[in-house]
Amino acid sequence: MTDAPAPLVSARSLRLRLGGATILENIDLDISAREILTLIGPNGAGKTTLLRVLLGLIAPDSGEVRRKEELIIGYVPQTFEVDESLPLTVRRLLTLTQKPSREEMREHLEETGAGDLLDHPFASLSGGERQRVLLARALLRNPRLLVLDEPLRGVDIAGQTELYRLIERIRDDRGCGILMVSHDLHFVMASTDLVVCLNRRVCCSGRPEAVSRHPEYLSLFGPQAAESLAVYKHAHNRIHGPGGEVTPLESAEARPRANGSV
Amino acid sequence: MEDFLLRGLLGGMGVAVVTGPIGCFIVWRKMAYFGDSLAHAALLGMALGFSFGTDLRLGILVACVSLALFLLLLQTRKKLSTDTLLGVLSHAALAFGVIAVSLMEMLRVDLMGYLFGDILAVGPADLLWIYGGGAAGLCALASIWRSLLAVTVNEELARAEGVSVFAVKLAFMLLIALVVAVGMKLIGILLITSMLIIPAAAARPFSRTPERMAALASLAGACAVALGMYVSVRWNAPAGPSVVVAAALLFLLSFAWSATARGKP
Repeated sequence: MTDAPAPLVSARSLRLRLGGATILENIDLDISAREILTLIGPNGAGKTTLLRVLLGLIAPDSGEVRRKEELIIGYVPQTFEVDESLPLTVRRLLTLTQKPSREEMREHLEETGAGDLLDHPFASLSGGERQRVLLARALLRNPRLLVLDEPLRGVDIAGQTELYRLIERIRDDRGCGILMVSHDLHFVMASTDLVVCLNRRVCCSGRPEAVSRHPEYLSLFGPQAAESLAVYKHAHNRIHGPGGEVTPLESAEARPRANGSV
Repeated sequence: MEDFLLRGLLGGMGVAVVTGPIGCFIVWRKMAYFGDSLAHAALLGMALGFSFGTDLRLGILVACVSLALFLLLLQTRKKLSTDTLLGVLSHAALAFGVIAVSLMEMLRVDLMGYLFGDILAVGPADLLWIYGGGAAGLCALASIWRSLLAVTVNEELARAEGVSVFAVKLAFMLLIALVVAVGMKLIGILLITSMLIIPAAAARPFSRTPERMAALASLAGACAVALGMYVSVRWNAPAGPSVVVAAALLFLLSFAWSATARGKP
């Protein structure tokens, strides 16, 4: 075996303009197996657009995206609305492009914490439940790369902690590469292997510790973001009690959401 | 039963079985207006077919397919929604059609026939068209069913998972164009477009899965045909409109049922 396996997806000098505005400028990016790479950045920074370019859904104006051959990708898009006129149970959603067995479906729904939803109409689910179902659906493809666009939207605080763990487990147990967009800097800083701070171009990237001290990161996310690492570690200790018990964080204030939104 | 009644009944039911599942996709994809646009394009098609001296059905088919392709082309630029594009195409096609028809003094269009066709004039050859074309249409739909459903649920996800979205959408548009073109000559614009939308809408409250809704839509359409034909014979009402009214009645019943039984699918 070679010591440095080829990345799952590799992008070089990506540039994209839409409607006269530059959306992405000179982006280089590598996503490898067993690695969580998170894109952070303010609204309009081009995070979702970059995901779509990497997935091959839009072609860049220049630069190239190389995907490993036969790469199976599991994708959870940012918005997923099913029109009420289309009756769709969770089961039917999971069997849309694949044919998993009932057991496999149950197993994956259990894994993402949506175990009892198999026969519910998708339209009746809450935002958090939908995210769990969509994650289970992506995992059923047995992907080598998981692409998650804000996977924690609508998930309550206790559920978020659970899902962070799950995402880490997916990396460790399945050896998946995970590319995600997240606004939750605590999760990003605690669980991510690589952070790319995007604002049409790559402002800074690297290990979370390095990024959280980078001046461009600080100017984008404001001074309180600098504390996110420390705050999380503090909170982190609290959630893993010495006995291993899981205690949800008491309140939202305990973990300020550094918000880059303008 | 008189032969012409039986043929009308068989023909109408044959059309209903095909329009049920296709109509479901039209409802899910919010393309209810598409049938009307095709129907408007068909007037232009008739004029073209007439002026080139070919079979009118061929002219209609060419016009319908062109409209479908044009719509698909316009959809790739995502600035305007489909219903807006259809609004533009529909009225433009109708205006062109009216002008074309008025320029051809020899061509006399029977507006009632154009709107409602004459289901009671369905002949043995027409039955062959309906059942042969219908079977082919259903087979085509079955072969793209999974992909088309995936595209309908979420186009971006389908694309990311390797579904060739454009090909599937193209196939579906051509399928509708074909059904409308063939069906219209036989049973008229109003009936064919109603049979696409109304049974599908009536089937929704009783369905938990897309497949069930498609099957129920076929069933509801066939019932509407039978009911409409009965009313037509019993009270000497025009057959096509009676079928539409029967379908609308089924929709109202279904709507009332779903309003009283909340919480069901």
